[in-house]
Amino acid sequence: VKAARQRSARAELTNRRSWLDPGQLLDQKFHYLAIVPLIVVLVALTAYPAVQLVRMSLSDVALVSGGTSWSFVGLAHWRSLLDDEVARIALTNTLIFATVVVTAETVLGLTLAYLVSGTRILNTFYRTVVILPMLLPPIAIGAVWRLMYDFNVGPINRLLHEVGISAPLWLADTRWALPSVMIVDIWHWTSFMFLIFLAGVQSIPSELNEAGEVDGANGWQIFRFIILPLLRPTIIVALMLRTIMSFKVFDVPYLLTGGGPGTATELISLHIERVYFQQFQMGRGAVLALATAAVLSVFIVLYQRASRVEKGQEAR
Amino acid sequence: MRRLWAPGLRHLVMLSVVGVVLAPILYTLLTSFKFQRDIYTGALLFEPTLRNYRALFTGSQGVFDRLIMNSLIAGFGNTLLVLAVASLAAYSLTRFGWRPLWSGLILGWLLFVYMLPPITFVGPYYVTARNLGLYDNPLTVGIAHMVLTLPFAVWLMQSFFREIPRELEEAAAIDGCSRAGTFWRIILPISRPGLFATGILTFIFSWKDFLFALVLTSTPRGNTIPIGIASFVQEYNLRYGELSSAAILATIPAVILIVLAQRHIVKGMTMGAVKG
Repeated sequence: VKAARQRSARAELTNRRSWLDPGQLLDQKFHYLAIVPLIVVLVALTAYPAVQLVRMSLSDVALVSGGTSWSFVGLAHWRSLLDDEVARIALTNTLIFATVVVTAETVLGLTLAYLVSGTRILNTFYRTVVILPMLLPPIAIGAVWRLMYDFNVGPINRLLHEVGISAPLWLADTRWALPSVMIVDIWHWTSFMFLIFLAGVQSIPSELNEAGEVDGANGWQIFRFIILPLLRPTIIVALMLRTIMSFKVFDVPYLLTGGGPGTATELISLHIERVYFQQFQMGRGAVLALATAAVLSVFIVLYQRASRVEKGQEAR
Repeated sequence: MRRLWAPGLRHLVMLSVVGVVLAPILYTLLTSFKFQRDIYTGALLFEPTLRNYRALFTGSQGVFDRLIMNSLIAGFGNTLLVLAVASLAAYSLTRFGWRPLWSGLILGWLLFVYMLPPITFVGPYYVTARNLGLYDNPLTVGIAHMVLTLPFAVWLMQSFFREIPRELEEAAAIDGCSRAGTFWRIILPISRPGLFATGILTFIFSWKDFLFALVLTSTPRGNTIPIGIASFVQEYNLRYGELSSAAILATIPAVILIVLAQRHIVKGMTMGAVKG
């Protein structure tokens, strides 16, 4: 009896302590509090900068020793956006760039995923090699292709010379510069589409392909009439995702052409960097950054809706 | 008949794809061991030299020891911060009964950040770093990289936590383990493979970045390896030997880490687009 009373007293004590002890109170809320660091980081690194970006777009920001000095200028920078000829060219170039590379990467990624999913030997080897470019530092990729394209010492022109084709100047030729940058992007990012489509192709039950074979379909017909229709939702989502991501392109063109010759390869990101850090017009840079973010937000919202629809269908 | 040649054709196409992917990298590797004269003749057989690698560490541009150090500081700083923040948040999101509205808001916010071009963040980061006296510091670069790495880190850690049975936590609670204690002593040790994979991917993303380092640093005090590589290109006379050796140097750690975490990369790189 004494032991039981002692036990109940101790239980009461711990019970009471849970109300008094802040440590225990914190612990009970642990699941709830664990999200706090993430919110703090997100506010500091995304919400606060967003507010700052809006303020910058309405101000002249000058660099002074030990910091910056701001003066309010109203909508002047926003108005200057309308006469920014280079920004218009950069937008056009970015749209052309995105359309071409995303189309090429989708077709190639789909083909490679189909080919690799059908192999048994060397399967892991192929997969590792194909995803390699995506994980390399883009600046190293820029360096590699700078060497490839070099007019004098580059192996591409050396090969073309061997077979008697007079090679263009690639990166220094206004007509060839943008296609050259696109080729590198396709080399770089086809792997991304490949990964998404490989997962898609592998999720198709093999009975379907076998049924197709029994009915006498050849490889192309199986691809065209079984795999492609089943992958349609995946393809749409991947296309949207990669289009949005292609607007991020910066490092590789920065190293290959720096936007030149002239404005031949000027892309949005390169242009914003130049306005910010070579012309030191922080306000105008902020306007361009906000405009870019606003346009992409529309795409991102559409993407999130599309991917939710796809997942919903998958679950049913 | 078709069955005989179809697999052969597949491998033929795939092997040429492998060639297209690897040839530029291998050519750069060869170039990094060449004397200038062999770079100009394009010889495939040549007398190898380490002179290009030595030039990265000695002489006027020999700052790569410092740049490697800075890349490691940014990379490890970023990885530690992200693992701490992401594992706590992911645990809360998978185990606390958040209303779909709130958890959806947080995950949507992360996905949004993940998809926006990094260039939209750099202006305010630059101004803030200047104002706070954090400019030209590798740790600042590491903190800025959180905006690139946090979204997929939370995503990945969630997928690992979801696989842990709830009974484990219930058993711990019955044995009198506090909630924080359960997380620290039971959940984290079990998720070690997940933390490892997430950490590797986080580190690679930080190691790869060029833009944030370009904007937030200006001297070898804060510069990372990609800045060093880009500086070779700005000269009038491009020295391909040094450029190649620097590119190879930046590539090696990435390749090693990829081999270590191959399986998880698919999940991390295609955040949200691949199920499971």
